[in-house]
Amino acid sequence: MADTVGGSEITVAKAPKFRQTRKGQVRKHIINVKVRNEIGVLARIATLIAGKGYNIESLSVGETHEPGISRMTIEVIGDDIVIDQVVKQLRKLIDTLKVKDITDVPHVERELLLVKVHTPTARARDEVLRIVEIFRGKIVDVSPETYTIEVTGDEDKIDAILQLLKPFGIKEMARTGKVAMRRELFNEENNLD
Amino acid sequence: MSRKGADIVIEALKEENVEVIFGLPGGAIMEVYDALYRDGTIKHILARHEQGAGHMAEGYAKATGKVGVAMTTSGPGATNIVTPIADAYMDSVPIVVITGQVPTHMIGNDAFQEVDIVGITRPITKHNFLVRDIEELPLIIREAFYIARTGRPGPVLVDIPKDITQQFSDVSIPGMEEVKKALPGYKPHIEGNMQQIKKAVKLIMEAKRPVLYVGGGAVSSEAQEELVELAELMKIPVTTTTQGKGAFPENHPLSLRMLGMHGTYYANMAVYNSDLLIAVGARFDDRVTGKIDEFAPDAKIIHIDIDPASISKNIIVDVPIVGDVKIVLRKLINELKRKGAKVMYPEEREKWLEQIEKWKKLHPLTYRNSKKVIKPQYVIEQIYEVTKGDAIIVPGVGQHQMWAAMFYKFSYPRQFLNSGGLGTMGFGLPAGIGAKVGRPEKEVFVIDGDGSFVMTMQEIITAVQYRIPVKVAIINNAYLGMVRQWQELFYDKRYSEVDLSVQPDFVKLAEAMGAVGFRAEKPKEVREVLEEAMKIEDRPVILDFVVDKEENVLPMVPPGKSYRDMILEDGKGTEAETMYLVG
Ligand SMILES: Cc1ncc(C[n+]2csc(CCOP(=O)(O)OP(=O)(O)O)c2C)c(N)n1
Ligand SMILES: [Mg+2]
Repeated sequence: MADTVGGSEITVAKAPKFRQTRKGQVRKHIINVKVRNEIGVLARIATLIAGKGYNIESLSVGETHEPGISRMTIEVIGDDIVIDQVVKQLRKLIDTLKVKDITDVPHVERELLLVKVHTPTARARDEVLRIVEIFRGKIVDVSPETYTIEVTGDEDKIDAILQLLKPFGIKEMARTGKVAMRRELFNEENNLD
Repeated sequence: MSRKGADIVIEALKEENVEVIFGLPGGAIMEVYDALYRDGTIKHILARHEQGAGHMAEGYAKATGKVGVAMTTSGPGATNIVTPIADAYMDSVPIVVITGQVPTHMIGNDAFQEVDIVGITRPITKHNFLVRDIEELPLIIREAFYIARTGRPGPVLVDIPKDITQQFSDVSIPGMEEVKKALPGYKPHIEGNMQQIKKAVKLIMEAKRPVLYVGGGAVSSEAQEELVELAELMKIPVTTTTQGKGAFPENHPLSLRMLGMHGTYYANMAVYNSDLLIAVGARFDDRVTGKIDEFAPDAKIIHIDIDPASISKNIIVDVPIVGDVKIVLRKLINELKRKGAKVMYPEEREKWLEQIEKWKKLHPLTYRNSKKVIKPQYVIEQIYEVTKGDAIIVPGVGQHQMWAAMFYKFSYPRQFLNSGGLGTMGFGLPAGIGAKVGRPEKEVFVIDGDGSFVMTMQEIITAVQYRIPVKVAIINNAYLGMVRQWQELFYDKRYSEVDLSVQPDFVKLAEAMGAVGFRAEKPKEVREVLEEAMKIEDRPVILDFVVDKEENVLPMVPPGKSYRDMILEDGKGTEAETMYLVG
């Protein structure tokens, strides 16, 4: 409708209008970070993520082929938009060289699991051994009462074997957290992370 | 040549052309103070509290654009300067803070005056360093300055263990190439993507109701010339944040002055009803936007900022341009000109500008003056007059800060030095001292609150010692006024713990500290004492303005509300049905 606004002729609509605010989906993100291996760099990264109120699900750090450069894989559950913000702020840190959220790009991810299972009977030992073979794992330590098993794989595989081993009784376990890497795509130039 | 670590520190500071250090010595930093003394070429201002030293460094940096330097000892010296570091972080102020640390072998042992200041300041510095080896000492100091002043500026802390300042080395001071090479992960973006700039040009030419929204980034990149050119070329009205003040002259016909919580009616109306918002070096702070989903609800947004992490942080923008504001604006103007700088809808644009003029006439910034009591706004107006609008204004935090922002008109960048992001009471006096040290040719007026002033008032002694002639106008309402105002408006006048009626006699206090004091209790005395104060050039002056106790800062957008809920200067709401172009 036409109306006067402060005396001039301009169309006025009366119902309040709202700015589009995007809310991201909350899900697990995998972020790769290449850092200079300086004192305090881990603290800086952890402080930044904690500052957003997010908990780090897993984090693995190790050296790369370049001297003085380490690579981290960080798993964190959070809102897509906030994670995008986290990535930008990680990039701003002086000691980070490259930061990439690889959740939505083709990538390989692996995790190593060590798990000590209760195997007091011959039958239990047989069954556990069979499961380990199916999952291409290894028995790395044996005692009269237990098997200690090593398996690598993606999250689904690790979860699956744990599910199968649970009924025997898990005495102890440790997971390394993920390491992840983008898949090399053919005929794509800039494929480095 | 082999020399002590402490001498290397001074050498590196000289390489950075440091002319003044603000600080206070103690055990862990004594070697550096000894080197400073022996060298004798860098001026040092002895603050009376490290918080004072930190704000002085900030004031110096904000006034000059150079890196401010502060120095403290370990432990309590270091923790005392945490607030100024946080303040500098929030307002992107380039400062380097050098702290002494206990000797390397004692770190982590809870040694005397040991505190993990690197850990404490990690989330509030752009970067910080603990020096572990004398060989890297000069490189680290130069890196600190480089990081502090480039990209989005910010505070950098360098923590130096005492043993490192005592060791000897012949390490040389590295050149800039070496500094950059040592920071492979630090590449401050500056250029701005041309594709994005082209998109922005299209939006600007097609806009019917554009507004420029300018923040502190425009000041730190010195972009005032480009801003005026862009605004005039495309006839775009300009509003600034408190941090952006002076980046666009407030007496320019296209100026809408300040927006946000205590912005002008016409700035907020213009932003609310705009169809294109061009944000320049601003970060959509909640004090600016109010309720975010009702902020400029009909506008497309172009956001120019040097910090990629500022973009789409608080608000989703349509055309982000990462780059130095000055460089990007220059490219934008060139591209606009190349396209003929056409306004596609000239009629609508004319109407828009007319509409803004009407808003300006309808609700200008005003207040009701009185013959009986001094109105705080009147004091600011009088300061504006006696200083001919040319003084650097440094406020504390509270109502007086907002009145200073509203009733002094700013015409050049770095004229309003304000603790915007952190809102630190006690910032005013020391920051004003730092500003005066950096810009001795300018009149520096600290406009302080009676609450804010007493938080750092010991620095008057510093100003007396070094004959730094700052003027301090205390807007004395005997209240923590801003809190009282919120209690009046949002807590049914339950004035919980805001009474400051027990106060020192500020005139006697001034005299006791070696400054000059004046008091005005009646409106007609305001001008008199100001004129007296202007005659004093060798000492600080404290002016105690006893003002109307319950005056409110208006207009106001209540916290968390939209511009539509603005309370106007008469205490009433906006006439919602007729004021909005955008529903
Ligand atoms: C260090 C600090 N403590 C508390 C606050 C909260 N605060 C904001 S404004 C204000 C009142 C300021 O009083 P005064 O300096 O007298 O200024 P007025 O509002 O009266 O002009 C307070 C307590 C703050 N901003 N900073
Ligand atoms: Mg007060």
